[in-house]
Amino acid sequence: MLDDFLTRALLAGLAVAMAAAPLGCFVVWRRMAYFGDATSHAAILGVALALAFQISIFIGTLLVALIMAMIVSTLAGRGWAMDTTLGVLAHSALALGLVAVSFLPAVRVDLSAYLFGDILAVSRVDLGIIVAGAALVLALILWRWSALLTATLSEDLAQASGIDPGRERMVLTLALAVVVAVALKIVGALLIAALLIIPAAAARNLARSPEAMAGIAALIGAVSVWGGLQMSLLQDTPSGPSIVVIAAAIFLISTLGMGLVARLRAR
Amino acid sequence: MSLISAQGLSVRYGGRRVLHDIDFGIARGEIVTIVGPNGSGKTSLLRALLGVVPAARGRVQRAPGLRLGYVPQRLHIDPGLPLPVARFLSLPTRASRAAMEQVLARVGLGDVLAQNMATLSGGQFQRVLLARALLPGPDILMLDEPTAGLDQPGVASFYQLIADVRAQTGCAVLSVSHDLHVVMSASDRVVCINGHICCEGAPQVVRDAPEYRALFGLGTGGALALYQHDHDHAHDHDHDHAGAPHHHAG
Repeated sequence: MLDDFLTRALLAGLAVAMAAAPLGCFVVWRRMAYFGDATSHAAILGVALALAFQISIFIGTLLVALIMAMIVSTLAGRGWAMDTTLGVLAHSALALGLVAVSFLPAVRVDLSAYLFGDILAVSRVDLGIIVAGAALVLALILWRWSALLTATLSEDLAQASGIDPGRERMVLTLALAVVVAVALKIVGALLIAALLIIPAAAARNLARSPEAMAGIAALIGAVSVWGGLQMSLLQDTPSGPSIVVIAAAIFLISTLGMGLVARLRAR
Repeated sequence: MSLISAQGLSVRYGGRRVLHDIDFGIARGEIVTIVGPNGSGKTSLLRALLGVVPAARGRVQRAPGLRLGYVPQRLHIDPGLPLPVARFLSLPTRASRAAMEQVLARVGLGDVLAQNMATLSGGQFQRVLLARALLPGPDILMLDEPTAGLDQPGVASFYQLIADVRAQTGCAVLSVSHDLHVVMSASDRVVCINGHICCEGAPQVVRDAPEYRALFGLGTGGALALYQHDHDHAHDHDHDHAGAPHHHAG
């Protein structure tokens, strides 16, 4: 069954969608959207380094994403203006990565695969790593769920309940780096943040509790992966952007739908 | 033995000293209120006792196994986070439905469990915060200006509620407030601070202390005087500050 490239693509996509959904909810609740951008754009630099030193792309992106996430979270702790700082970091990392790749000798690097994803080229080994990474993130977030939610609500409240908010920030930083590393193959560095935020934002319109929001986001993510793959096959569109387009369409429908419901109720 | 105590505590924010040489303790069942002008470091003291801000000098000690209920001054809930009251009360420890209903009844709220936190009125919201703090059966309640944003009757009934809770559960209450006239009637002890402890004692004693009058004016309508308080006042102390120039954390 795993011999079929479509099955592998679907399984890899679903695994990433499952992990990205609850993490994406925290990105939305904590207003970390740009944080996701900076970390995922840094992945390109990770790709360049991995190719240069001939190590696994997963390891390279994981390391660079982790370093970037730590830098951002440290600067945030020191009260830097996050908007500007993240804007500088996100785009510098991307530009640096692109320049670094161009220096690589002899290797004919297909950059678009890293920028926009190449889900149809997921190998058995890739699939194993992606599923393992997604399972790790999911387990980490489920395990820390209540503490993460409390710390997201208020760091003081968390502290008073015996939760260390710094540790919970670390958990999210780590989870984000792992998701970036495994999602690179699925939607590419430019659109990882979209896969985090759009399903969560669409779920917000439909959910009445944090848990429901994460669950609905996972469902929307899964439908987007499936729909994006179909679209890619039928219309020969790039798969990563297709997945994000489907997610965006669901967001639009849920937002307009809820607006309509609210208007009807007001009558 | 004190539930929470501080010895020689100093707190700094970004290199600026906001509190110094604080010796403080609160006993089981005691209601203590910290008063002081804006920027006097009263919230910093509460946060240092909570362990949110580190001590620059001195130390904070808590009784072993101390259960703490904290009611913050404000709680901003991101509109992106759908949070029913029942879920909020269960953060981070899941509470039974019966326990939640009981605590909501105690703070005078009806069945709001299914309601979203964002749809509560200001007074209801504060009561839900208090209910959450009460759920684990705390030894001490710590409240940071819990009535900011409530109207006068709201403030009075909130403090009545706190007094009832203490009477029923015997928990200590440490609050930061500037509702001076309420404080004066509802506290066992008042601590008046302005970067350091200016004076403390029973409400009547503090009200008559020259340090308190220097900070809050002479009138009995202390609440009004507070808002007119001038940070550059000449403040005469008859106690020693170990030679340190007096520092206003304004």
